[in-house]
Amino acid sequence: MSKIHISCTINGEPQEFLCEARQSLLEVLREDLGFTGTKEGCNDGNCGACSITLDGVLVDSCLVLAVEAEGKQIVTVEGVAGPDGLHPLQQKFLEHAGLQCGICTPGFLVASKALLEANPNPTEHEVRHWLAGNLCRCTGYDKIVRAVLDAAGQEN
Amino acid sequence: MVPFDLVSPRNLRDVAESLADGRGEILAGGTDLLDRLKERIDPPARVVNIKSLKELYGITEDSGLSLGPLTTMTEVAGNDRVRHQYPALAEAALSVATPQLRNMATLGGNLCQRPRCWYFRSNDYPCLKKGGSVCYAVTGRNKYHAIFGGGPSYIVHPSDTAPALIALGAQLEIHGATGKRMLPLHDFFQGPRENLLHENRLQRDELITRVQLPPAKESTRSTFLKFREKQSLDFAISSVAVALDMDGDTVRDGRIVLGGVAPVPWSVPAAVQQLQGRRLGSAIDDAAEAAVEGARPLDENGFKVTLTRNLLRRALQQLAQGKADAR
Ligand SMILES: Cc1cc2nc3c(=O)[nH]c(=O)nc-3n(C[C@H](O)[C@H](O)[C@H](O)COP(=O)(O)OP(=O)(O)OC[C@H]3O[C@@H](n4cnc5c(N)ncnc54)[C@H](O)[C@@H]3O)c2cc1C
Ligand code: SF4
Ligand code: FES
Ligand code: FES
Repeated sequence: MSKIHISCTINGEPQEFLCEARQSLLEVLREDLGFTGTKEGCNDGNCGACSITLDGVLVDSCLVLAVEAEGKQIVTVEGVAGPDGLHPLQQKFLEHAGLQCGICTPGFLVASKALLEANPNPTEHEVRHWLAGNLCRCTGYDKIVRAVLDAAGQEN
Repeated sequence: MVPFDLVSPRNLRDVAESLADGRGEILAGGTDLLDRLKERIDPPARVVNIKSLKELYGITEDSGLSLGPLTTMTEVAGNDRVRHQYPALAEAALSVATPQLRNMATLGGNLCQRPRCWYFRSNDYPCLKKGGSVCYAVTGRNKYHAIFGGGPSYIVHPSDTAPALIALGAQLEIHGATGKRMLPLHDFFQGPRENLLHENRLQRDELITRVQLPPAKESTRSTFLKFREKQSLDFAISSVAVALDMDGDTVRDGRIVLGGVAPVPWSVPAAVQQLQGRRLGSAIDDAAEAAVEGARPLDENGFKVTLTRNLLRRALQQLAQGKADAR
């Protein structure tokens, strides 16, 4: 299989890589580029552990072909924290114990960040609705929802 | 994923060419196709990425509404014209999958997605739909299968937007090697008796290039209701799309289409007949009863008959109470 050359931006840094047409973006991020914060849960769109943003749009990277990253701005969980430390969402996940095994956490952080950027003051119902694409097998969700609600408003 | 050739055509003529030998399949949002490529379920040898074709994007207003097939579920559900004038479509699009997937999933892909029957999605079962000789659902686990129009395959069509679009009277613009044609969405789908391998009537060189909605009438009320086992994300166990043309409280005409219960979106004109010329509020039970007449459930899915009848009842009650007017 011939490899395809891709240039994109990941967490603000220019990146280039070679990939096969049949590789998912999740696979390339984790296996080839070392962005292992992005998790593989189901690999078929059900769990949201692989959530990233592509040009600001929240997607499941397991269902994106790596070649489609060409020219795009990608943000993974590694890009959530700022230069001054943890993002308020990360801080609140810690304070509220919004994680146990942690497999789902990167996806929840990326998805909640996208939610708060679009809607800085969501209701609890809205938080639950917009996090419906992220599965957590451990926490029972309440602590995650509370962490997101608590972080809301502290964004800017 | 299985290996495949990836092509990125620059115009519609190239798309038709890449599809002509029957070995190619279009890639839109990829939320269904990538899964099939990974699981090796009837995978194509060539993947035709149409995402560089600008004319396939966007929602434009003419006398009605024209939606590009690459419009995402998020865009459909969030569009003001759709929400106010074609609420059944907005509700259907919002009920698809998850926020992540709705950001990726396109309208064309939603109409052309392949069945979710668990035997179809498993490589251990070379069923009729994959060119084999048995439908495993007939004697196997068939809780989620068809109660109408089944045989020899008992899939249900999984699309949520299709019933809504049919109820609203949508037409498709379709392009192929010889040019374009229009087709009512109602005539787009085909059951397993007509064609076991293809759920729609696209020729192999064709793609959907536009979804066209007729002008919305002030007097039309529409809604879409979906029952799923899991609220966060799930395909429909049963869904109902209703669009009624009203004269005050009296039903003039309309369309009612059921989803998740038959190999194609299932129109029930008999239910509409029960409503015609009557006050909506007084005809609901008759219409709901007529909608499920002739249902032929399998061993495990008789519950879908009751469920569908009650879902339609609820949808009609909402419309009778003027839910659509409040939008
Ligand atoms: C976890 C999960 C949950 C889901 N839940 C739902 C749900 O609740 N409701 C629902 O309806 N769907 C659901 N889906 C199915 C799917 O995500 C959607 O149907 C989606 O809209 C498919 O669009 P796509 O652009 O991603 O399609 P793709 O995967 O790109 O394509 C799907 C098929 O359509 C063909 N196609 C695409 N565009 C065109 C075109 N313009 N002309 C001709 N053929 C075309 C492709 O060749 C392919 O065969 C779910 C999927 C997953 C993974
Ligand atoms: S219902 Fe259709 S797809 Fe499912 S096993 Fe039977 S033939 Fe195959
Ligand atoms: S790994 Fe992508 S959605 Fe589960
Ligand atoms: S913390 Fe374990 S899956 Fe969410």
